[in-house]
Amino acid sequence: MQKFSGLSLFAKAFSSHKGWEPQWRSPEPKAAYDVVIVGAGGHGLATAYYLAKEHGITNVAVIEKGWLGGGNTGRNTTIIRSNYLFEESAALYDHAVKLWEGLSRDLNYNVMYSPRGVLMLAHNVHDVQSFKRHVHANRIAGVDNEWLSAEECKAFCPPLNIAPGMRYPVLGGALQRRGGTARHDAVAWGYARAASARGVDIIQNCEVTAIRRGPDGAVQGVETSRGFIGAPKIGVVAAGNTSVVMAMAGVRMPLESYPLQALVSEPIKPVFPCVVMSNTIHAYISQSDKGELVIGAGTDAYTSYTQRGGLHIATHTLDAICELFPQFRRMRMLRNWGGIVDVTPDRSPILAKTPVAGLYVNCGWGTGGFKATPGSGNVFAHTIARDEPHPINAPFTIERFRDGVLIDEAAAAAVAH
Amino acid sequence: MSAEFRLPVGGRIDRAKPVRFTFDGKSYEGFAGDTLASALIANGVHLVGRSFKYHRPRGILTAGSEEPNALVGVGRDEAHYTPNLRATQVEITDGMVAESQNRWPSLAFDVGAVNDGLGRFLPAGFYYKTFMWPAGAWAKFYEPVIRRAAGLGRAPQAADTDRYTQRYAHCEVLVVGAGPAGLAAALAASETGVRVILCDEQAEFGGSLLHERDTVIDGRDAEAWVAEAVATLCSRENVRLLTRTTAFGYYPHNLVGLAERVTDHLAAPGSDLPRERLWQVRAREVVIAAGSIERPLVFPENDRPGVMMAEAARIYANRFGAKPGNRAVVFTASDSAYRAALDLKAAGVEIAAIADLRPDPTGAVVERARADGIRVLPGTSVQGTSGRLRIRSASLGAVVGGATETVPCDLLLMSGGFTPTLSLFSQSRGKMAWDEALEAYVPSVSVERERSVGACRGIYGLAEVLADGHAAGVAAAGKGASDGAARRFTVDAEELGHSGHRGITPHRRDASRVKAFVDFQNDVTAKDVKLATQEGFRSIEHVKRYTTTGMATDQGRTSNINALAIVSDALGKSVPEVGLTTFRPPYTPTTFALFAGQARGELFDPVRTTPIHDWAAEHGAVFEDVGIWKRARYFPEGGEDMHEAVARECRAVRESVGIFDGSTLGKIEVVGRDAAEFMNRMYTNAWAKLEPGRLRYGVMLREDGFVMDDGVVGRMAPDRFHVTTTTGGAPRVLNHMEDYLQTEWPDLEVWLTSTTEQWAVIAVQGPKARQVLEPLVEGIDLSREAMPHMSVRTGHICGVPTRLFRVSFTGELGFEVNVPANYGRAVWDAIFAAGQPHGITPYGTETMHVLRAEKGYIIVGQETDGTNTPDDVGLGWAVGKAKRDFVGKRSLARPQMQRPDRKQMVGLLTSDPATVLEEGAQIVADPNAPLPMKALGHVTSSYASSVVGRSIAIGMVAGGRGRIGETLHVPMPGGAIAVDVVEPVFFDKEGERIHG
Repeated sequence: MQKFSGLSLFAKAFSSHKGWEPQWRSPEPKAAYDVVIVGAGGHGLATAYYLAKEHGITNVAVIEKGWLGGGNTGRNTTIIRSNYLFEESAALYDHAVKLWEGLSRDLNYNVMYSPRGVLMLAHNVHDVQSFKRHVHANRIAGVDNEWLSAEECKAFCPPLNIAPGMRYPVLGGALQRRGGTARHDAVAWGYARAASARGVDIIQNCEVTAIRRGPDGAVQGVETSRGFIGAPKIGVVAAGNTSVVMAMAGVRMPLESYPLQALVSEPIKPVFPCVVMSNTIHAYISQSDKGELVIGAGTDAYTSYTQRGGLHIATHTLDAICELFPQFRRMRMLRNWGGIVDVTPDRSPILAKTPVAGLYVNCGWGTGGFKATPGSGNVFAHTIARDEPHPINAPFTIERFRDGVLIDEAAAAAVAH
Repeated sequence: MSAEFRLPVGGRIDRAKPVRFTFDGKSYEGFAGDTLASALIANGVHLVGRSFKYHRPRGILTAGSEEPNALVGVGRDEAHYTPNLRATQVEITDGMVAESQNRWPSLAFDVGAVNDGLGRFLPAGFYYKTFMWPAGAWAKFYEPVIRRAAGLGRAPQAADTDRYTQRYAHCEVLVVGAGPAGLAAALAASETGVRVILCDEQAEFGGSLLHERDTVIDGRDAEAWVAEAVATLCSRENVRLLTRTTAFGYYPHNLVGLAERVTDHLAAPGSDLPRERLWQVRAREVVIAAGSIERPLVFPENDRPGVMMAEAARIYANRFGAKPGNRAVVFTASDSAYRAALDLKAAGVEIAAIADLRPDPTGAVVERARADGIRVLPGTSVQGTSGRLRIRSASLGAVVGGATETVPCDLLLMSGGFTPTLSLFSQSRGKMAWDEALEAYVPSVSVERERSVGACRGIYGLAEVLADGHAAGVAAAGKGASDGAARRFTVDAEELGHSGHRGITPHRRDASRVKAFVDFQNDVTAKDVKLATQEGFRSIEHVKRYTTTGMATDQGRTSNINALAIVSDALGKSVPEVGLTTFRPPYTPTTFALFAGQARGELFDPVRTTPIHDWAAEHGAVFEDVGIWKRARYFPEGGEDMHEAVARECRAVRESVGIFDGSTLGKIEVVGRDAAEFMNRMYTNAWAKLEPGRLRYGVMLREDGFVMDDGVVGRMAPDRFHVTTTTGGAPRVLNHMEDYLQTEWPDLEVWLTSTTEQWAVIAVQGPKARQVLEPLVEGIDLSREAMPHMSVRTGHICGVPTRLFRVSFTGELGFEVNVPANYGRAVWDAIFAAGQPHGITPYGTETMHVLRAEKGYIIVGQETDGTNTPDDVGLGWAVGKAKRDFVGKRSLARPQMQRPDRKQMVGLLTSDPATVLEEGAQIVADPNAPLPMKALGHVTSSYASSVVGRSIAIGMVAGGRGRIGETLHVPMPGGAIAVDVVEPVFFDKEGERIHG
């Protein structure tokens, strides 16, 4: 792998950058691999990278029906945080945050992790109770999260409107300072490059059409649009299409797929210093390095595989943005798009072995998978390599829905009573 | 005094109405009808902006919404300031204040231009390769620097005070674009009488016909034809015409979003007008007549101010009477630029030469140019340009060999042919196909009921365009193809050949040393695109993201096809093999506040109030938001804070009587032959044996066995239940019930009706409750024997029919008076008056919370969090063990639900009675354990109880019931607080008062 650095950039400039090699190989698929990962998004590529780096398994293919990083990895609002309520969640997401902190240097690719602080706003008494519970739970779990008064929120995020006369006034907020953003495409590309350099084959434009199983029921490989690819271990990391792929192996997943929208404004000079989220009135906002306000909207009420949502959903989000940040009312929406999120009944992911031998699944990240990318890939690689979960992902089984051992972050965020 | 570059005659500007405006502090004059761009050009101003990355000086490239360069900030004050507006779309108004962007200290001298010199070190994606050392420096050092350099305009500093409105409309035919195709379609469709909406982003209808000279349609010149067409449309009542209106988004099932700009073009708009209006149009058929966009040519230094699209220059001269320069070089691969050259020459611009990429250009317009004395250089390309703030010369050289010639000029017009505008069609999810003959992507298969007409599907001849629009209009109207379906238009216009060029034009310079721009706004050069392919970015989506080409505010309108061609060339693949990036809404940037519309301030969300709300407000209640409800939280008197008020309210209820507005409780009337069976299945409790006239506390589970909602249910008759739910749970519970009724048990004869709004609920609680109500009630015996706890009676109160519940959420003798909502306030007033001798005290939700906590009653959503079984929260008794089935029963039988270490509800008492725990605080066994600590549970409710005389708390603790008597700890930032685990009942443990 060519080393990326300021020096190499400087040196290559004198040969008109002709010396840069492809960042990843684009090989033809081999007949068989030790592990096939289905889905070349951030989570799948990270899985392949850690399989190679931490487990010495380099005979790995990541196969992708479109282009790598083209699904939710390239469509999300890039928010990173780990201040989840339950210990299991906090451990998983904080594992990711710790990896984010060193990721650019680990991958030798600037993924632009920027711990700008994630501020979650409370608008009613119930929000306050809920967020304080988070703050207390996080504190003893060793995860930073602090309570700010409305005035402190305003000081941290000057464009914020905290007028008490607002329809839903800001009563305070929970701030995780280590939370922030990263450059989503760079995460996919950085993992792809680093995995490829360690021998992983990334095969794009290759759609899985079937999963072949042997007489003992164990997986033997995948049928694809480019022929059969054998593998004794298959990791499915296909986000919104996970239920479709898993059905090929006869596994019915507890997932529903919904369109989730995001949008950006035209670029402007720096004005927004952090990430602000309001679950109660449905608005998520940060400013990208390029200067665009990056805004997350909600999911549609109905399941769908189309990568677009209804106009009224984006409209509702912009209502909230204009209310919370009145100075942005004249800003303009530049692009609006959708992705498909796979949602579990308890809004926590599944990172686990499956009832089929040799088949592993990483899915159910719902609306918040990007933040977990490094941690998810890391523990999923462990699960595939050892055929047993890492202690961090051990609770995130499929069976928890059968057994009722939920990690219910959605209910924890709960609703007004 | 007319501006220097204003042509003496011609154009559609109103020379009788001069308009003064400023740009970067300098005052200029234009005319009504000018855009900011045309007015600046008329004043000889071409330098209007700086590019995103290299801060290169940039001029006005186009005359439309595809403009990548001429972005300005406009606004007379901060509340009206809008950044990043295209000067080509801004209509000037008297007193307008406009400024350039992304430059410091000035437009002419911009320090950021140092990036241009460093360009070789800043190739595509350079930031992914560096800024990684030392660890953590990205966010602290590099990122702030990059952020400051990036961005274009600046955010407004103040809140916008303008209004925005929204309209919903339906029509049979929506026509997007009012050029020749769109006008013909709208005329044809509206003639049949169906409802037609025609919109166009420009200030006036007509599109390209507004800048044609010497074009005749059906015997009238183009402008006259347009005027007549618009007049005809105006006269038809079934037609709605919307100018300055952009169809920004195409949503499923023919929902199209239109953004109408209502007042930006007015110097002093009336206060009754909104700034913009959002139209959500549901159309049976959509006709897209979006036209085409001229493609730039990609040659070295093709971005200097004074380099302009040929057709744009023609528009400025013909439509705006503004001369874009004195001496022009034309660089083209298409006939249309000859027409531009001829028109400009006629307007007094010297045409120094036409460099034509084609080795042997022929055709009428070429010959006409030659005959007019214009020097035509076949097989010639521009090798480069000079000039810092304005082009000074172009260097021309033969494509194959030969010398180069430097031609002085202040204007360079280019044309690479035209690209059909596919944005809306692509948004509709229609499939596009590469047309080999046209060498362009065109609409192929429609998904919605939609038709593309005219140039946006690659039809260019005016007669054909008009006929195409007409035929589509007839077909869309769906009234059968009558005689007009194949109408022919007689057109006398210049015949043009339609060739073009995509990608880099040939030149003899060192390609690695020159900047030939593909995406002007984002400063993406041909080199950058090639580097991306060299580095393995082969999908066009990857190239787009790596180089940022096509991601600027013009969404690549002028750049996409050129980038595609360069990638195609670099990879040795055909254009269709490389693919096309997705077009996303909006078509052009659309104001945030337009979407928000009226949803602002008080109207941000509806406020739901009870019939007693005004009374509470008059009595000084402090309200809290519960969902969209406003609920009275407490009623402070004489400067009390919340704790003092709540303590007083609590004492009043315990000692005498309190009155509480419970109207927000969800209410569902469950009626029908199978109502009892339905209730049996929906709730954990047994209902079959509940007699009419009795109440029961019901618990509802989700399918996974966890508590979803609770509420008191009255059986009014064998086939009728009055169900109450939590305030927030009302819609959810009704949906849940309907879901089961309609999808699982359609055989049950049950009807569900939400009656939340129909009943006002007045809770009268306390030892004196009966005494207060007795004189007011008719036909109901309130005595202990006749109406015991958990019974319901119908009768009258104050002459109003009532369902009177004897029930208590306070632990006191209590009644809940249900009366028709319209009588709620009157009955409340009467009860309040009747209670005066007893010191009746209004209390709010906070007091209600304390009172129920003293009794250990749960609140769903506070004690529960979606992971609790009834047994976890001490409601195991409410589960009908003998029942055959109910929602959640099977889940409750799972082994995990039986574990003794499940979190269970307990009471918590601090050793210091004055210490009130914080709700949400965690509970641990060993407060000195290292982080991360294992939490046993958390505090769910915590209050200072004036009645108990100390703090009380409820918590959910792992194996909690088995820990009663133990001491646990609540770790807080200031140190741990020890708590004793107790039974979660703090007052009247025997429960006698409730039966009083």
